[in-house]
Parts: sequence; C-alpha cells; structure tokens
Amino acid sequence: MIDRRLFTHFDWTLLGIVLLIASIGILNLYSTTLGGEVSGTPLYLKQIFWLLIGLSVMVVIAFTEYRFYSDFAYIVYTVAFFFLLVVMGYGIITSGAQRWIKIGSISFQPSEFVKISLILALAKFFQRPPGREGYSLKDLTLPFLFLLLPMVLILKQPDLGTSIILLLIFFSILIFVKIRWSTLLTIGLGGAAILPISWSFLKEYQKRRIITFFNPELDPLGAGYHLIQSKIAVGAGGIIGKGFMKGTQCKLGFLPEQQTDFIFSALGEEWGLIGSLMIVGLYFMLILWGLRIAVQSKDRFGAILSFGVVAMLFWHIFINIGMVLGMMPVVGIPLPLLSYGGSFLLSTMIGMGLLLNVSMRRYLF
Amino acid sequence: MMELNTQRMEDFQGRHKYFIAFVGVAFFLIFIHLWYLQVIKGSEFRRLSENNRIRIRENPADRGMLLDRKGRVLAHNRPSFEVSLVPEDLKVNPEVLTKVGEMLDMDQDKIENRLQSLKRRPPFKPVKIKSDIDWNELALLEFNRVHLPGLIVDVRPRRTYNYGDLASHLIGYLGEVDENELKQSKDVPYRMGSLIGKYGVEYRWEADLKGVDGGRQIEVDALGREIKPLRSVEPFPGNNLILTIDLDLQRVAEEAFQDKSGALIAMDPHNGRVLAMVSKPSFDPNLFARNISPEEWKSLIENPRHPLQNKGIQGQYPPGSVFKIVTAIAGLESGIITPNTQFTCTGTYPYGNRDFRCWKEGGHGTISLHRAIVESCDIYFYQAGLKIGVDLIAQYANEFGLGRTTGIYLPHEKPGIVPSTSWKKRLSGVPWYSGETLSLAVGQGYINTTPLQLLTLISAVANGGKFYLPQVVERVENIYGNVLKEYPPVERGGRVNISENTLHIIQEALMGAVNEPQGTGWVCALKEVKVAGKTGTAQVITMPQNFKKGDMDRMPLKFRDHAWFVAYAPFEDPRISIAVLVEHGGFGAAAAAPIAKKVIEKYLSLQSVSPSKIAGKMVDSKYDD
Repeated sequence: MIDRRLFTHFDWTLLGIVLLIASIGILNLYSTTLGGEVSGTPLYLKQIFWLLIGLSVMVVIAFTEYRFYSDFAYIVYTVAFFFLLVVMGYGIITSGAQRWIKIGSISFQPSEFVKISLILALAKFFQRPPGREGYSLKDLTLPFLFLLLPMVLILKQPDLGTSIILLLIFFSILIFVKIRWSTLLTIGLGGAAILPISWSFLKEYQKRRIITFFNPELDPLGAGYHLIQSKIAVGAGGIIGKGFMKGTQCKLGFLPEQQTDFIFSALGEEWGLIGSLMIVGLYFMLILWGLRIAVQSKDRFGAILSFGVVAMLFWHIFINIGMVLGMMPVVGIPLPLLSYGGSFLLSTMIGMGLLLNVSMRRYLF
Repeated sequence: MMELNTQRMEDFQGRHKYFIAFVGVAFFLIFIHLWYLQVIKGSEFRRLSENNRIRIRENPADRGMLLDRKGRVLAHNRPSFEVSLVPEDLKVNPEVLTKVGEMLDMDQDKIENRLQSLKRRPPFKPVKIKSDIDWNELALLEFNRVHLPGLIVDVRPRRTYNYGDLASHLIGYLGEVDENELKQSKDVPYRMGSLIGKYGVEYRWEADLKGVDGGRQIEVDALGREIKPLRSVEPFPGNNLILTIDLDLQRVAEEAFQDKSGALIAMDPHNGRVLAMVSKPSFDPNLFARNISPEEWKSLIENPRHPLQNKGIQGQYPPGSVFKIVTAIAGLESGIITPNTQFTCTGTYPYGNRDFRCWKEGGHGTISLHRAIVESCDIYFYQAGLKIGVDLIAQYANEFGLGRTTGIYLPHEKPGIVPSTSWKKRLSGVPWYSGETLSLAVGQGYINTTPLQLLTLISAVANGGKFYLPQVVERVENIYGNVLKEYPPVERGGRVNISENTLHIIQEALMGAVNEPQGTGWVCALKEVKVAGKTGTAQVITMPQNFKKGDMDRMPLKFRDHAWFVAYAPFEDPRISIAVLVEHGGFGAAAAAPIAKKVIEKYLSLQSVSPSKIAGKMVDSKYDD
C-alpha cells in the first residue's frame, strides 16, 4: 500500500513548520504555567504527551491513501455526531458548560473532532462538481444539514467559539467550491434575517461578551477587565519582551484561561514584538503553504479536504489573536499548537496529517 | 469505488490569488495591532503591568429586603465599615500588618491566617480581615491611611435580621459562595467572597434578592494606593420579597413554644399562604451574615436538638392519632364502616401474642365513630383498621398528600413514609403482618409525616377537600415598589376524591374533639369561636407492656413521645389552619394544643381589626422617600 515515492514526496517543509510552532508552544506553556499553583503533572508535560500522540496519529493519517477517507467520510461524521449527543446526555459540566466526555481518566471534547468530520463530509459531498454556474441553493440542502445539526448541539453546550468556527469553515468551503452568486446573496440575506433571532438564543454571558467587544467599557469588572489586562500583557512586552519566564501578567493569573484562550498574550509579554512576529510569521507561512497544497491537489476531494483544514487553522488563528489583541470579540477559542488542550491538539494534528497526505500524493494520481 | 474526480480543478487555481490576498490582509491587521500595542503603547503598558496597576474594587449590591405580609421589615441591610488588606502589597511593606493589627486590636497571627485562608484568590484581590469597625478605629485608620499601603476600608451593606431568630428557618441564612456554586454560575456574576443565600427563602429566592454588583476599575501607584478611577459600574439593589407570614402572629407562636423543641405552621386554608412558620430551637441568621465563627458553627451542628433543621418540613414523625382522620375516611369512603358502626373498647385489645392498649386505661365502652374520634379511642381504630386493611388506608393517605412532598418552595422538604404491603415487600422482602395494621390505623409504626403534610391535610378537611400549594412569598417588588412577580394560590391536583358527606362527618367529629365533653382537644376550646382539631401522640419507642401512664414523665427526655395538635378555626368559616408538633412533649396533647390556641386566638383578633388597611398604609410609607 505504501508507495516508496511517498517518501521522496514527503512534505518536509510542512512538518518543519508544525514542529517549530509546537516546540515554541511547549516552551511557552512551560514558562507561563510553571510557578503557578498547579497540582499534579505540569501542563507542559501533559502537552508533550499529547503532542507525541498527535504526531503518531498524524503519521498514520498521512500514510493512509486519502481517497480511502472519502469512502468513510459520512461514517466518521455520524460517529462524531453521536459523541456530541453523548455529551448532551452524560457530559461533565465545567464553568457552566457541558463539553466534555470522561472515559477512564481521560476526558475529551467531541466538538473538536466534529470540525474535522464536517470538513470530511463536505469534501465528500462537493467532490462531484457543480454545473457551469456553481452550486444552487437546492444543491446545498444536505451540506447545510451537515453544518446545522452539530452546530445546534454545540451552541447548546454552550460553546459559542466552536460554533462560530464551524460556520466559518462551512462558508469558506462554499466559496472555495464555487456557489452561484444568487445563492450567496440569498444566504447572506437569510443570515441577516436569522441574526436577531439567534441573538435571543445566546446565553446571557455570551451576549455580554459580544456587547462588551463593541464597548468593553460596559463591563469594566469582567470582560472589559480581562481585555485590558490582555492588552497590557501584550503591550508590556514591548519590542524585545520581558524575557523567558519573566512575564508577570500571565503568571499572576490576571487573564482567564491564560494557558488556553489567552496563551498569546503570555507569549507577547515575554517575547515582545520580535517573538510575536515570529510566531505570526510561522502561522502565515503555514496557511500559505496549506493553500498551495489545496490548489495543487490532483483531485477535488483532496483539494476541498486540504482547503477545509487550512480554513479551520486560519479562523482559529485570526480570531484567537484578534481577541487577545482586542480587535475581536472575546469568544473563547484556542490557538492551534500553542494553547493547552489534548483534544484540540489532537484535532489539529489530524488536520496536519490530512494536509501532509494530500501534499505528498500530488504527483501520484 | 475510489474514483478520482478531477473535473473543474481550474476553479480552485483561479481563486488561489484571492485567498492569498485575504489571508495577507488579515495578517497585516494583526501586525498593525501588535505594532500599536507593543511599540507605540509599549512603555505605557509596561508601566501598568508593574505591580499590576489596574485593579478592581468591588461594590456589592444591596440585597433585597424581606418584609412580612403587612410590609414590616424582617431583613434589610445596613452600612458597615469593613477593613481589607491586599496581601501582594504587604510584601513590600510587611510592617503595615503589625500596625493595622495594633490599631484594630487584632492578633497578628489571626490576620495572617485570614490572609492565607482564601485558596485560589485572584491576585491583588483584597481580603477582608474585620467588619463592623467602630468610629474610633475608623478614624485611626483613615488618619494613618497614607502610611498604610495595602489597606482598604470600604462601606459595605451588611445583612441584618431585625428580629434575630424570629422565623429563622423560613428566612434562612447567607454564606460565602463556595467553589461549586462559583463553577455552576457562569451567567450569574458571583465573585469569590460574595455572599449567597444558603438556606430558606434567602436561598430559594437568591436570583431575585441578589441585585447586580457594581465596582470600580482603578489605577493604583506602585504601593497599591489608588491614584485615579478609570471606570465604574453602579450596583443595583436586589428586589424585595413580601412574605406571607404575619410578624405579630409569628411572634406569638415563637413565644408560645418557650424553650420546647418542635414546629408550628399556620396557614390560610383557602389559599395555602403560610401565616407563621416556627421551628424550635432556632438560630440567629445574623451570625451567618457576619461570618460565623467555627465554634458557633460547631455548636449549631452538634446541638442534639437540631437548631438548623426546619422541623416543619424536614422533620418526619409518626402522626399518631391525627392519622385517625385518614383511617376513618378510608373506612367511610369504602363503606367498610359507617358512622353507626360500633366497636367495644375495654382498655386492652389482645391480638396475636400481644396486648394492644388504648390510652384510656379503663376503656371507652361500646362507642360509634363520632365518639371514637372525639375521645380518640385507639381500640376502636384497631378494629376498624383491621377491617379496612393496610392498603386501603395507604391509598387514602396518599390521596391526602402523605408520602410525598407538598412542593413548598423551601429547600430540603422531606416526603415522609406511607407504608403498604408492597412498600414493605420492596423494602425488606418480608410480608406485611396484620399486627402492623393496628399500629398504622392509629398513626404509629412505619408511617412518617412532616408537620406541613398534616397541615395540608387538616386544611383540606377545613376547606372542603382542596389542596393548596403552601406558599411563603406573596410577591416580589423592585425598589420602586413595582410588583415584578406575584404568587397566586395554586390548587394542586384538584379536590380530594372524597364525598361531601364523609368530610362533613369528619368535620363534626373534629369540632366535637375540641368542644364536646370528653373531647381530647378541649384545651384549645375558645369562647368566641368554634375550633375544630385533633390531638395526637407520636411514639418515639415502643413502650413496655407494663407501662403506666404516669411513667412518661420519668422517662429520659429523648424517649418521651411527641405531641401533635392540628386544628382549624372558625369551624363555620375556617380562616386559619394550624399544625403543632412538640418534640418529646410527652403523653397527650397537653403540650401542643395550648400553643395552637394562642396562635388561633391572636390571628382571629388580628383579623377583626381589618388588617388590609394597615397593610396598605405600611407599604406605601416605605417608599415615600
């Protein structure tokens, strides 16, 4: 099954970028969380553990011919959806949200894997090309169901951040596969009509977060305070940063979820503009490289699959950093390869595996 | 199977450059923001990050007041001066701790313990070390404030219960939020150290009472002293609750208990509104509002008379002879006995290998149902119970709401137990013995009820068979006096499935029990109005065969029987129903009936002076300013 040519075509550049970002991520976690009163295994060790698992999964995924995934796309999607249902019934509640399933001593977050499974299902669906004009609204019924079914469940958890990511992945793929202009317009108008309705379904704290984004001064004791502290942290880094393990803002715990959603402010504080630009630059390279893989793919499934993964990465990066810098709402989503979290790291590595997979088969078929 | 679809790949390549442009713009935006924060604003933010210059000073909202049905204040808030320290600021100036300790006359170790006691405290969050300081201490601290970085003196609302332990179980108490409550409350803004209702009305109506906390974002200097306010949010007071209880009546009821343990609940049988709710011994909720000390807490918890338990809804006791009401109804409704059915009581009733006895040593002779209830003859009901059978009695007990909670909106209500053959089989695997039916028929043995359950039972008898949800809050008002919520009477599950005729027979018998010669509830008879009621004695342990009536007074207190009395008045047009339980009150209802009498008397005299006008006036004057 494994062709020798795969090794010659292996995408060392992509792997290199991923490993570089992941290593910086672990260093950064080490620096931010050490010295805090964490009991048990230090977070950075757990993260290394997850990274090793993620790398193995990535390799397995990369070396299995990706057309094989096309056959199982809908099954994978169904399984992921099933786990979401399980979360609804048996999930554990942390900070008022029900997002996790506990199996033995390991807990995982099914919504993370829903992202990948949505990309798979959409790639499978759209591999049949549209007519000359692009897809019509009627053609999109099934894809919309793919999006809405899990999204409703995830919104109910409630997890606004992941829901928004699903939505953005979905529309990015729609634009990539080309839909009719009239269809796009209809969706846009429909969305504008639905917006006020969906607003009423948001939890009070989610509404507050969105309102606070547009005017943080409305909540100077909560979200506004966190935002200011996050900006202070990044800004205090200046050009060269306070130095490794010298950041005070994050270490003292001014930021909520400093090792996950606000990890970038820790990096900005300790490494300054130089460090921030380096990591942002690496992300930029990763995205551009991924886009190239997508358009160079030899078939539609591979192209849409890799584009979906790139879209997922891009929106995570853009929204998370945007949030930390105060240009986006404080919507809780993590930063790929930098934020702490096993499920998220694993789903990111699965995505990387898929990218590698498509990349090294671009000459084969 | 694995077909390769390569049609129209050029679409993708055609759009490549647009995607690159889009991503490029996004990353450029990030770059601009980074530049702005780190280069242009860099030095300003660095200064603010040192010793964390931006801090939050909380300003908790006034909690809503609790008022009685006539608008008299039971719980409110008064300003109190609180002293807090910021541990992080003390690291630079450790001598502040010593100085503050001297000024407040506090032990230095005690302060330090307090500072370290809060786990997972957000950094730079002040820790309260003393509240309610007096004017001298305040003056001293304020005068030296410049030399005391890290010290904060705030005016904070302090929960105050005007009448101490009055209705304490109904009102409940407050405590600091625990980690669990913090975790559960993502959409309610609680912060570490906030007070939250833990029991009673304070707990159940927390969301209404809480209000919205305010606070200020301030900038401090390197020593932690405030240099300028940045932004602030004004707190908004919580809503007021108008309770259904009447302060005067509650007071009379509390005093009537003297130092006895037990419970009393009175309500209006026509709407379920609770007029008084007493549980003794009680506690002073003010203790909790000012941080109860470990010693005080321990003494409350370890008190064998359970002062923290609301015995009216949490205490489960055999109903004793009060239960004869249910047995009689089961017999009448099933047709197994009629008002004319007679049984003979000779004082003892041999059954199985044991003698079951009547409370009256010589026996009652041959009597019919009316006299059996009036004089509370046990042997009549042993024989009637045997004929009716356990499951029929259980069926009617369930019909009257026994064996399940009444649904009163207070925490920890208990359901009690109604035994039946299937219940016993399920629980112990042993079949029901007919001897146990004898006990059940007179309300002893397995059966357990709460005083509130017996109150809803007697209320249903009084009002013609209707079950009202017992309610303790009449309405919720905001600080401007606008009514936000009202709690109208709620009828639960319709009328009891019992004929008018049967109810009438029972009502007459209960009236007789108080007003006829030989009636066991004669203590509660009033001159002006007719009271209907039933006494009861709940056995705590089974008495030995040779037990004599007078022996009860010589028993250790914890083995003495509980005394029950349930009643309603006036007989013709019931306006109050009441259930009284006196723990270990001993034989007969001599302990419980006089308490009920005082409360009924008080309530009816209160009503005769037209309370509605007074109530209106009191409420209005509260909001004049």
